[in-house]
Amino acid sequence: MSGQEMKTRVEEDVLCSFCGCLCDDLVVEIEGNKVKNVRHACRLGASKLMGHERIRTPMIRKNGKLEEVSYQEAYDRAAQILVNAKRPLLYGWASTVCEAQKKGILLTEMVGGILDSTATVCHGPSILGIEERGLSGATLGQIKNRADLIVFWGCNPAEAHPKHGLRYSTNVCGFFTPEGRKGRKVLVVDVRQTRTAKNADKFIMIATGSDFEVLSALRMFVAGKGEFVPEKVGGVPKEELFEAADMMKAAKFGAFFFGLGITHSRGRSKNVGNALALIAELNAHTKFVVMPMRGHYNVAGIGQVAAWETGFPMSIDFSRGTAYFNPGETAACDVLSREDTDAVMVVASDPASNFPRGIVENLAKVPVIQIDPYENPTTLLAEVVIPSAIAGVECEGTAYRMDGLALRMKKLVNSPHPSDEGVLNGIIESVKKLRGTEAEAKAPNEASA
Amino acid sequence: MISGRTLAQGAWCESKMCDDFTKAASLCFLSEGDFKALNLSGGRNVLVKSAYGRVVMAPRIDKGLPPGMIFMAMGPWANSLVGPDTGGCGTPQFKGIEVDLEPTDEPVMDVRSMFTNLRGAKT
Repeated sequence: MSGQEMKTRVEEDVLCSFCGCLCDDLVVEIEGNKVKNVRHACRLGASKLMGHERIRTPMIRKNGKLEEVSYQEAYDRAAQILVNAKRPLLYGWASTVCEAQKKGILLTEMVGGILDSTATVCHGPSILGIEERGLSGATLGQIKNRADLIVFWGCNPAEAHPKHGLRYSTNVCGFFTPEGRKGRKVLVVDVRQTRTAKNADKFIMIATGSDFEVLSALRMFVAGKGEFVPEKVGGVPKEELFEAADMMKAAKFGAFFFGLGITHSRGRSKNVGNALALIAELNAHTKFVVMPMRGHYNVAGIGQVAAWETGFPMSIDFSRGTAYFNPGETAACDVLSREDTDAVMVVASDPASNFPRGIVENLAKVPVIQIDPYENPTTLLAEVVIPSAIAGVECEGTAYRMDGLALRMKKLVNSPHPSDEGVLNGIIESVKKLRGTEAEAKAPNEASA
Repeated sequence: MISGRTLAQGAWCESKMCDDFTKAASLCFLSEGDFKALNLSGGRNVLVKSAYGRVVMAPRIDKGLPPGMIFMAMGPWANSLVGPDTGGCGTPQFKGIEVDLEPTDEPVMDVRSMFTNLRGAKT
């Protein structure tokens, strides 16, 4: 069929499956069975939806080389690796939908493994901070319609969440904020002048690793104890911090967004706890809410699904026969750096790129099963590679936006590959079959004994 | 050293095996003063060393950086310098890592080369 004869259709209100903004205003032009154009998306979202080079068939590594196999062979081999492992790690889950995450938790429990998500190299410290302190939250819709002060602390949405300002925060016009950017103040705190900082009314550049101290100084000003604050904190003059605290207290509705600038630097979860304490204290003066800038489009979803299935949001160890949660011991980087896992299944993630090199070296020592639409460095380390459909493009499902709102991802085109949920179902069936076979093989011996 | 998302790194992060990803994620940004002090003009690369590893990257000026700080796009190059300790919370410290820099004529490794030795170790 020639290009002209191909049927073109337009899908509106499509959700973007890149970042935690989960923008739902994309317009996608589809020609035949291919995404031809994406409108209203940022560069990150358009790149994802337009598609990249894919893994075409399931593969198993034989004599050092990945060789094509059937899906069933790949499921059986994956099941064999997981069942034979003493403490498998099932990692990733942020770039897939909740339906697949639920199956992943079931599989982890079946094989007595550890389930962890990419949150542990991202906003894991935020989750720990929130568990300790509580969070004064809001939806992005409430912020759009009400916030007259936006604070970005240790985050750079201009590059990591490019439509955040236009849809939810700094520049959008809302019900009580009809003037958009003109009617709002923007305060940015960071260790470098980012693109986001260039859009700020006030930018405070702090010394690397001084977030905790600067947050503490702001808390002192908010509490009316500014006389005890030293002349400089985190390299910032006291007067400048006083002005920032005043700006926050003067807001009618403030929204404080924070990113990996505080979760990845000295203090980590304690930085987050201090930021949450500042926001709680600001609520004695005005209305203030706080939100982590979640990275992957459904990293919030795995936290939700894991919490309702197991009681814990990440780093869940089932090897004791019940769910056990102790980041620092049971997070993916912890078990890999201790060489305390003997097989790893990676779903919709790329730890080979995103973990510290020393930990990746340990990952390379154990059998790795990869489920992903795309080839990435983790593929180079994998024993079993299983391609899947792209959620939100080739299959539907549920995802959670960074503010905890559950949204339904659409299927836009057909895929030759099963969904992540379908692949996990296949592996679960193979595990059952393997266990059944093992039980049958064991039964005569038991009978004779 | 701090690392994080850039637009170009994000746009290619679902296509990591292509040259564009290597170009986007193997950049080391420095302040203008540090760039000049290290004499990095003329297309020279920079060798970055931490207590945990070393990596060669292509240097670029970022006028938003203060002296003494470098920024890298997140990815396997930056993570060559990150240690495994999670500080009891499961998350390595990806930002605020002390590093030494020097000009070098060594080339930047492409993404496949970064992992070839690891696979060799396994098989």
